[in-house]
Amino acid sequence: MDERILQLKEKFENELSVISELPEIDKLRVAYLGKKGSITALLKGMKELTPEEKRMFGADVNKLKEFAASQIEEKTEVLRKKEIEGEIASMPVFDITAPSPDNSGSYHPITLVQRQCEAVFRSMGFTVEDYSEVVTDYECFEAVNIPKDHPARDMQDTYYLENGQLLKSQTSAAQNAILKKYGPALINDGVPIKAIFPGRCFRNEATDACHENTFFQMEGMMVDKNISISNLIYFMKTMLSEVFRKDIRVRLRPGFFPFVEPGFELDISCLICGGDGCPSCKHSGWLELCPCGMIHPNVLREGGIDPDKYTGFAFGLGLTRLAMMKYGIKDIRDLNSGSLKVLSQFRDDN
Amino acid sequence: MFLSMNWICDFVDLDGLDKVELIRRFSLSTAEVENEIFYKGSDISGIVVAEIKSVEEHPQSKKLHLLKVDAGGGELTDVVCGAKNVRVGMKTAFAKLGAKIGDITIAPRKLAGYVSNGMCCGESEIGLSDDNSGIMEITDDVPNGTDIKTIYDVDDIIFEVDNKSLTNRPDLWGHYGIAREFAALAGRPLRVPETDDLTVYSDLPCVDLKVEDKICKRYSSIKVENIKRNISPVNIRIRLYYCGMRAINFLTDLTNYIMLETGQPMHAFDARRVEKIRVKRFDKKFTFKTLDGVERNIDENTLMICNGDTPVAIAGIMGGLDSEIVEDTTTLALESANFDAASIRKSTVRLSHRTDASMRYEKSLDPEMTVPAIGRFLYLLKKYDGGVRVVSSLTDEYTEKFPPVTLNFDQAFVDRYTGIKIDGDTIVKTLTDLGFGVSHKDGNYTVDVPSWRVTKDVTMNADIIEEITRIYGYDNFEVNTALSPLYPIRTDEVKTDEEKMKDILVKRFSLHEVHSYVWAYNDEQKAIGIPVEKNVRLANATNPNIETLRNSMVPTQLCQVKSNISYMPEFGIFEIGRVVNGLDENNMCIENKNLGITLYSRSAELKDLYFRLRDILTELARDIKHSEIEFVKTEPAHSYEHPVNLNRVILGGTDIGVIGTVHPTVRKNIDKKGNIVFAEINVSKFAAVTTRPIEYNEPSKYPTMEYDLSLDIPKGTVFAELTHCWKSDESGLIKNVSIADTYDTDEIHRITVRFEFSSNERTLSAAEVQEVIDRITDKLAEMNVVIKTA
Repeated sequence: MDERILQLKEKFENELSVISELPEIDKLRVAYLGKKGSITALLKGMKELTPEEKRMFGADVNKLKEFAASQIEEKTEVLRKKEIEGEIASMPVFDITAPSPDNSGSYHPITLVQRQCEAVFRSMGFTVEDYSEVVTDYECFEAVNIPKDHPARDMQDTYYLENGQLLKSQTSAAQNAILKKYGPALINDGVPIKAIFPGRCFRNEATDACHENTFFQMEGMMVDKNISISNLIYFMKTMLSEVFRKDIRVRLRPGFFPFVEPGFELDISCLICGGDGCPSCKHSGWLELCPCGMIHPNVLREGGIDPDKYTGFAFGLGLTRLAMMKYGIKDIRDLNSGSLKVLSQFRDDN
Repeated sequence: MFLSMNWICDFVDLDGLDKVELIRRFSLSTAEVENEIFYKGSDISGIVVAEIKSVEEHPQSKKLHLLKVDAGGGELTDVVCGAKNVRVGMKTAFAKLGAKIGDITIAPRKLAGYVSNGMCCGESEIGLSDDNSGIMEITDDVPNGTDIKTIYDVDDIIFEVDNKSLTNRPDLWGHYGIAREFAALAGRPLRVPETDDLTVYSDLPCVDLKVEDKICKRYSSIKVENIKRNISPVNIRIRLYYCGMRAINFLTDLTNYIMLETGQPMHAFDARRVEKIRVKRFDKKFTFKTLDGVERNIDENTLMICNGDTPVAIAGIMGGLDSEIVEDTTTLALESANFDAASIRKSTVRLSHRTDASMRYEKSLDPEMTVPAIGRFLYLLKKYDGGVRVVSSLTDEYTEKFPPVTLNFDQAFVDRYTGIKIDGDTIVKTLTDLGFGVSHKDGNYTVDVPSWRVTKDVTMNADIIEEITRIYGYDNFEVNTALSPLYPIRTDEVKTDEEKMKDILVKRFSLHEVHSYVWAYNDEQKAIGIPVEKNVRLANATNPNIETLRNSMVPTQLCQVKSNISYMPEFGIFEIGRVVNGLDENNMCIENKNLGITLYSRSAELKDLYFRLRDILTELARDIKHSEIEFVKTEPAHSYEHPVNLNRVILGGTDIGVIGTVHPTVRKNIDKKGNIVFAEINVSKFAAVTTRPIEYNEPSKYPTMEYDLSLDIPKGTVFAELTHCWKSDESGLIKNVSIADTYDTDEIHRITVRFEFSSNERTLSAAEVQEVIDRITDKLAEMNVVIKTA
């Protein structure tokens, strides 16, 4: 083999062996294999050779070219691998166990419970109604079968306003308006009335850990041609099981509320002990939860609906009480305190 | 109200039944029973009748006596006793060795040197009454050694019914009415109480009685003399005591006994003091001393029972001190009356004095009860005091009867209401057991409501459903969903937007939802220098801090900011609540549902905080309404508003609220270092703005050209006043306008606006774009804006 080829090969091997970075190997490739590279340049010194020598020389240069190319390829692969390994080795460990900074917002617990209840009723085709907080005596009392001088008015300490209106003492104050709103569709087109209406209620009483003058209820009603006590029990049981996300047993006891007849107190199996008896249910296994009943014929009549043709049930669920039960809130006043110590803990829970 | 199972069993035989289970069923079918049931007498045993055979003074003690008693069988037992009333020949209750009283087992015990082999007991010690004046007196006819439980009703089951759950059941305010329920639940017959035959006195003179006021619906009276007995029989005293009443004297006890048994309140007057009974109201106010010794103010609306013109009792509430039964009373004028429920209730409230009698009258008692109650009273009086003489005829003024009620309904009505099948026989039996008169033929029912139910709670068909179903038992109901047809439902727009707002504010902007009260907080507002503005007031607030309704959410939220600054250095709160903005032309409150948002930060610049709130409002409008908000400078209207940077919030051409910063005075009262910004949005007005449909723009296939203009905006001009310069362009080539940069110093207010140009048909030429830009810059120049081309 030509001395020049051997020398260049040796030089190439020496230079290649000291290379340790990928960019250098690119330079080496250009220096030897480029158009103006030294291997290509060898061919320029072939002029004085015989054709036979030329053929030999050319073949040797080509061999060198192939050799260099494969050597470079090999080395590149090694260096690439080394670079990735180096990158992996140099990767710092991020302490993912360090706590994530918390700047989430929060929903009021009443909103959470209200949404849970609304979702259940919406899924069963109930509309969700909105109602004012200032109402008339007619809406709050007369329209729901509590005429003047009725003892039920003594049971409720109502906040009256100086113009004669009042702050609604119960969500039942919306019943009359709901009946009048949806009554025509029921009577003319047979569309059953299915509505819930959550809202603030007010009672003129001193506050303490268990008593508030401002609290939330959710009223619900369903009116159609054949609504029965059996339906009432079904809806209450289903709704409460969904809200508490477990199978709730319910029981009805007679209860007196002027806007229903028959009227019931609804108890649910104790959420803590499931009915076996524990301190939180005073060892009875039951918790008194909400009044309900079949809508009083006078209430239907006052809402423009013939009680001889239609029946319905209604209930009044204490959303505030439900929120306190569900989240273990001990002091009812915390709910209206605006205290972020309390309220910022309540994330979306639907 | 406490109830005695023994007493109930006077009227219904419950032998062989689980009484506690019946009480539970009563609670589910009739009225709420409190959890705790009292097993009276279960904690005592071995108490027998013993006779004191000898009494000696204890040599070392002034109080103690040394007794020998015969506790049966003639054998004498040594007992040391401290009671004052010991005497030879007396029979008393004696706890033998081994007897149990509560946790104590009686054992031989040394008292001041002498061994006592048992204990003579007072009534209070063994729980029969509250009498602790001495050891119990037992009549001579009882043999020594008899267990007292065999002669007295010591063992009893007492349970308490929640009075509130009896509000609508005037018939359940006595044991007899309760027994009727138990009879119906147990399916056993009800026994009518034994009464004296009152017709035999009809020839005797009447009581001088006149009812001069319709508030008194009925007044029945009779006079009795030669009453000898002073102390009630033990069993009567035990029952009264178990049911929560004190024994006073025989006649008073008997009136109370009749009340607890029948529900009919009675009053016993000393007949010497009451000769001419007049029932009336007076024209003027006066004071009257009731038998509890309290002087009470009587007004023109309070019905009085009088002797002629002298008041002797407050009708239906309490008797007077001067006419009450005293120790030497031997003649009695008995009152068994009925009064208007509402009138008694109001008098009770005015006098702030509620009694066992008024509590019952308030419930609309059955006026038919007055006479049978007298019959029962005389029966018991004669039974326990054999020598009494009735000296008048039954005198009865019945001024107003309740009309009888007959109800007609059919089986289909019951089926529809209950949603289950309750057969005719069950219905007939249930109603009959409860005292209703029922006739049933071919699925049609005619029901006569008994007098004790027509006064209040059973007046229409729906009431009958309750009677049938409660005894049937709600636990026995088959539970079914409704078979109503399905229709789509649409949620109220305000409600929908409200929920969307909450989600955006919490999830996107990390705000905290709070709740508050609908009235202004007087004290808290004062503390931060926000006087409560004139608005509709509560007429009967008991707390001066909450007299006026709020007209804005902002002061409420500023108070809440104040209470939270020590807890968090930076936060945002919001609430969707109600405010009242005065009265309308019909004198009705103008109620609005408002969203209040307040941001507080100790570290953020005021400007940044203000813009953060602007961005929140903008996002609400963009996300929910696909619309842009406009802000229009406004003048302060409230003490807490800073006059600078106060803007009305306009959406879809409607003024929906306000955004601003807090007046320095108020801000300093809340926090000297922190910055506070607020916004208040009328949610109903927001919801009423139509959501714009999404306008889809096909992306152009041709390149977009950007062109930045830096505008130096002159003082007194705001950006919104410049936008017409490009909005008026009609080339259709401006695809987007955005803010690339802002630069503010005291002198310069510079905004770099980036215009994006493109066409869907072709690649734009530089000249075309420049032409549009030139038109814009010309217009900007007219607004005295200096253009710095980038």
